[in-house]
Amino acid sequence: MTAVIDPKAPSEHLPLGDPKAKRVKTRLTSRGATIGAIIIAVLWTIPTFGLFISSFRPEDKISNTGWWTILSNWGVTLDNYQTVLFESGASSANLGSYFVNSLVITIPATIFPLVLALMAAYAFAWIPFRGSSWLFVIVFALQIVPLQMALIPLLRIFNSPLLDISGSFTAVWVAHTIFALPLGIFLLHNFISEIPRDIVEAARVDGANHAQIFRRVILPLSLPAIASLGIFQFLWVWNDLLIALVFSGGSVNVAPLTQRLAEFAGSRGSDWEVLTAAAFVSIIVPLIVFFSLQRYFVRGLLAGSTKG
Amino acid sequence: MAPTILLGQAGDSQILAADNFWTESASKFGSAFIAILVFLAVIGLLIFFADKAPKRGRDVVQLLLFVGPALLLLSVGLVWPAIQTTIQSFQSDDGAFVGVDNFVTIFQEPAGQIVLRNTLVWTILVPLLSTSIGLAYAVFIDKSRGEKLLKSLVFMPMAISFVGASIIWGFVYEYRAEAFPQIGFLNQILLWLGLQPQQFIASAPANTIFLIIVMVWIQTGFAMVILSAAIKSVPTELIEASALDGASAFQRFRNITIPWIRGSLVVVVTTITIATLKVFDIVRTMTGGQFNTSVVANEMYSRAFRLGQPAIGAALAVVLFVLVLPIVIYNVRVLRKQKEIR
Repeated sequence: MTAVIDPKAPSEHLPLGDPKAKRVKTRLTSRGATIGAIIIAVLWTIPTFGLFISSFRPEDKISNTGWWTILSNWGVTLDNYQTVLFESGASSANLGSYFVNSLVITIPATIFPLVLALMAAYAFAWIPFRGSSWLFVIVFALQIVPLQMALIPLLRIFNSPLLDISGSFTAVWVAHTIFALPLGIFLLHNFISEIPRDIVEAARVDGANHAQIFRRVILPLSLPAIASLGIFQFLWVWNDLLIALVFSGGSVNVAPLTQRLAEFAGSRGSDWEVLTAAAFVSIIVPLIVFFSLQRYFVRGLLAGSTKG
Repeated sequence: MAPTILLGQAGDSQILAADNFWTESASKFGSAFIAILVFLAVIGLLIFFADKAPKRGRDVVQLLLFVGPALLLLSVGLVWPAIQTTIQSFQSDDGAFVGVDNFVTIFQEPAGQIVLRNTLVWTILVPLLSTSIGLAYAVFIDKSRGEKLLKSLVFMPMAISFVGASIIWGFVYEYRAEAFPQIGFLNQILLWLGLQPQQFIASAPANTIFLIIVMVWIQTGFAMVILSAAIKSVPTELIEASALDGASAFQRFRNITIPWIRGSLVVVVTTITIATLKVFDIVRTMTGGQFNTSVVANEMYSRAFRLGQPAIGAALAVVLFVLVLPIVIYNVRVLRKQKEIR
């Protein structure tokens, strides 16, 4: 959680594809280990694979034959995806709209906390003021508060006539922003405070003030940390269910994919032609992020694994 | 949906809906875009003012502008609500002070006891299974061919939402009466073994185990990635020296690898324990807490937002906080120590 975003030793924390491991290719593993590894890998892959195959099978095939018999009960179709994404009606999935909602929720809910946390982290690290350190400790300590502790009163605040934003995108954005701040400030502070003093001092001698230093020095140098945290926050928000349930109001205008999917699992739990395709629609974005940005993802994940 | 709907009508409403979809989506993206613009404009203004602040007290003004927004959000949105929740946990739903009654209720009523029991089972089994399977897998594939791909396979569930994972496993657990062909893979395996198909999700108390498997499936990848990195940090000379001394692979693993990666093991176990205590989505999606599968985090949500019992909900949130607290503190201390060593 803490030790990972560290400007001095980034390469130590790229467990996937460690070049040293390739160089020292002394195989210490035995045949038993290989078999064990294959068993685990297969067990871990089959559930997703089965769902994926099924999402392309026609309804009568899904509900009457197992996906492992697809070769003897052949039938492939894109109808399921067509149905869940575009068919409209009260009981249809309408996932197209929820997919848009997920994007509309996730993008601002990633940008807002990152910017605010970066500014606060800079202030804690490079603007000397009395009480700075204990204030930082308090922010750090806020990580231990489970978000369940804040849900009921926060909803009340959002519902109050003054704000009245409950059930809107704004409510979801603000909630995600708040809950991301303690971890974000803490991690970015760790990173920013390790930027060599000489660089910051040099800028200051040249007459730069805090705003300029922040823009020209801190921001560009922090990009690796920002990327890791950004990816983690993106996935966290995209995959979140709890905050969506409490603050989105659940309508097709605001609710994200996860919420619709959970609802579906309850109300149409045996319509697998719908559920399989719907599940894959919701999974595809995080999987793309995962496979294209695996390195940053690992770092972000390590960093954020105690969040919430 | 009415299956008898006229074709023409269906087509028309389809087109209409599609039209709506694009205009609505455009307006949603528009509002997100405007929100981001407004946000960045406000931030830009703050920084601009920080630039132009008068010489006297410039540092204080700049400080306030930089740290103020975050602190304001945190105090209004996290600190104040957490205090409110704590107070509410000692009150009844209409606001009268009732002492520890809510907690007594949780610990005494049978439903509450099942919730606590389930939470305990979750927090023991998930870290134990995820960490040991993750460690075994990391050792098995270490320095093997295709290590990267093998890692991706087990790590992939981490990217999938808990809701998605619940549906994936719901399909594995799907039950059909014996006369019909099974479409759930697990029941098919039972059939192949000559056993009866089971209703995995509906039959307590074993169903909790089947929910736990979903969490293990997700968390194993996390354990594997971290422990794999730790294993790679074991000095090769140490391993080679002991191999020369004639230590078997297992002895080397027990006497060199395990002590070397102890810190990482602790971090993995505590981190997974914290995540498990807060697990909500899996229970919510797979059973909604029915069939005696509820856990504290799910029960908190149900009581506070579904059953209209905010006081009990608040008390459950406090219980969760108290359960998480020592583990987080321990986790942070271990991490600090590790960082100092490095």
